Amino acid sequence: MKLEVIRVIDDDGKVIHPEREPRLTGDAHRKVLHALIRIRMVDERMLRLQRQGRLGFYVSTTGEEATHIGAAAALRVSDWFYSAYREVGAALYRGYALRTFMCQLFGNAEDPVKGRQMPVHHSVRDLNFVTVASPVATQIPHAVGTAWAAKLQRKDDVAVAFFGDGGTSTPIFHTSCLFAGVFKVPAIIVCRNNGWAISVPRSVQTVTPTFAQKAIAYGLPGVLVDGNDVLAMIHTVAEAAARGRRGEGATLIEARTYRRGAHSSSDDPSVYRDADEPREWETRDPIDRYRKYLTHKGELTADVEARWRHEITEEITDAIRYAESVPPKPPLRTMFEDVYAEVPWHLEEQFHELEEHLRRHGAKSGH
Amino acid sequence: MPEMNIIQAVNDALRIEMRRDPRVVVLGEDVGRFGGVFRATTGLYEEFGGERCIDTPLAESGIVGTAIGMALYGLRPVPEIQFADFIYPAYDQIVNELAKMRYRSGGQYPAPLVIRTPVGGGIKGGHYHSQSPEALFIHVPGLKVVIPSNPIDAKGLLLASIRDEDPVIFMEPKRVYRAARGDVPEGDYTIPIGEAKIVREGRQVTILAWGAMVHTCLEAAEKASTLDGRYDLEIIDLRTLLPFDVDAILTSVKKTGRVVIVHEAPRTCGFGAELAATIQERALLQLQAPILRVTGFDTPFPYTLEHEYLPDANRILDAVARVVNF
Repeated sequence: MKLEVIRVIDDDGKVIHPEREPRLTGDAHRKVLHALIRIRMVDERMLRLQRQGRLGFYVSTTGEEATHIGAAAALRVSDWFYSAYREVGAALYRGYALRTFMCQLFGNAEDPVKGRQMPVHHSVRDLNFVTVASPVATQIPHAVGTAWAAKLQRKDDVAVAFFGDGGTSTPIFHTSCLFAGVFKVPAIIVCRNNGWAISVPRSVQTVTPTFAQKAIAYGLPGVLVDGNDVLAMIHTVAEAAARGRRGEGATLIEARTYRRGAHSSSDDPSVYRDADEPREWETRDPIDRYRKYLTHKGELTADVEARWRHEITEEITDAIRYAESVPPKPPLRTMFEDVYAEVPWHLEEQFHELEEHLRRHGAKSGH
Repeated sequence: MPEMNIIQAVNDALRIEMRRDPRVVVLGEDVGRFGGVFRATTGLYEEFGGERCIDTPLAESGIVGTAIGMALYGLRPVPEIQFADFIYPAYDQIVNELAKMRYRSGGQYPAPLVIRTPVGGGIKGGHYHSQSPEALFIHVPGLKVVIPSNPIDAKGLLLASIRDEDPVIFMEPKRVYRAARGDVPEGDYTIPIGEAKIVREGRQVTILAWGAMVHTCLEAAEKASTLDGRYDLEIIDLRTLLPFDVDAILTSVKKTGRVVIVHEAPRTCGFGAELAATIQERALLQLQAPILRVTGFDTPFPYTLEHEYLPDANRILDAVARVVNF
């Protein structure tokens, strides 16, 4: 079967489907471009920080930014965002403070998740950006359940779940699509097909020509979209959200993009893939394409972007300095809190046991 | 007070809470029109409709996974897993997601919900309708594990579990689903999670048990009281396995100095091991004998030989004789 790839602009930023072009104000457009550039610059700095040994681990989204920034721009903050570990840009778009973001990466005393998770596992309650897990695709049923709950409560919120192409190989992806279809819930299930699951290519995750076509088996619309065209992402996710809010159920979206960098700071793609492949995708860079579009439209001048870049650089530097100035560890007791709503007797005892041990032997080194 | 069995008590609790709290939804396989394979959700579909008593596809991971998403959004889901033996497809969702939501989000995203599931053997169910997997959940930080042995506790503990702010694995001893009867108070009441109950007072040996085994222990105690060399057994129904009532256990152990732990689940790494370790850490000098365990064997649960597998009154009394005569 053949599915059209939904696009709005071509690789040169020229509008090829005006009927799909999102009707955004100039300010709204600039907010989207700013968010794309900001997460690109954050990623670059964080990888450098990791290489300098100042940060334990990082996952970047270079080349794939338009997928989740586009989704965030198409949704309301009251819509729940269930991300994998590569979509923190959506939280930043919604207003997640960069200093807080940085404290999470450091797992320090001001980390909102209290030093309990590796870097990039953010959680931003007031922005409906749900706590990130490392295992793949486990968040999809949660998005379906949240969308279902919204429907049962007659609210018009939708929930979106992001995951990679590897995520479609998990049983829970299929089960989630099944539930979303059977109960017609306002969920938006987005496969960010970036071609690679660490070292395993997309061709090993499926033999079907697209991931979007898997929707047919669950009675969902399946949409294939150019994930490097932020306008196409906004258009597609906005349509899926409108369907959900109208009571017409869930949508499966395959956002076709490419993971230009490594899976994480812990791997080396030169071992398993041809170096020409990422270079080829650089010609379809989502920021370049969108910048050209906005420039054609007269909504952007070079000096604006130069000013942004300067400001973002300063902002990142400030956030790093801030995070490095915060005490590196959360208080000891936080290890025992939030396991349950109240600390039960056995954890209370274990806390005092550890406290006594540290009192006798001194603080543990290492961070 | 109406006499009820455990199924009726569970049903009563669900109905009371669904009437009281519009956030409560029941979901699972066959829970709707059919009222559940054990009939525990009978009448809920008729009273509350298909949006609050939901027949789901046959996929445990989906039942638990979507219930988590509902709980995060503010509902109070009570998913049913038809038999605990079928819970493993949902194990990842329970262990890595449900149990960790509050912790990993720094307290931002708690997911309070109650998974109801029938456990235990003695019903001619073979390996796939008889397991007692409580230890697999007790070992997971973030979960509470509750198992009543009678209808009064079943109702009060289920109401407490649904109102609890943490996820609860609520295990129902299916062998005594209908056999355990009692006068159940009408209307709303709760029994606190974490409190054991002395179901028979005695001075000679402390017997620790839960679920259907409480009844087997009571049978053993009756038998022991008519034997020549009478044994005076104190039986504690733990009711909550995590967090368990360490004070009630230690108070009894300090009185009797002898302990037998009884459970259906396999012995190795069963919850009895944790109890025995805890008791010897805290009451070694009060013990008059080694702590003994009477348990299922370390085999899959057998079909034809299930009564050889399950602890019975005589096996319990043999252990009692050993700790008394040590």
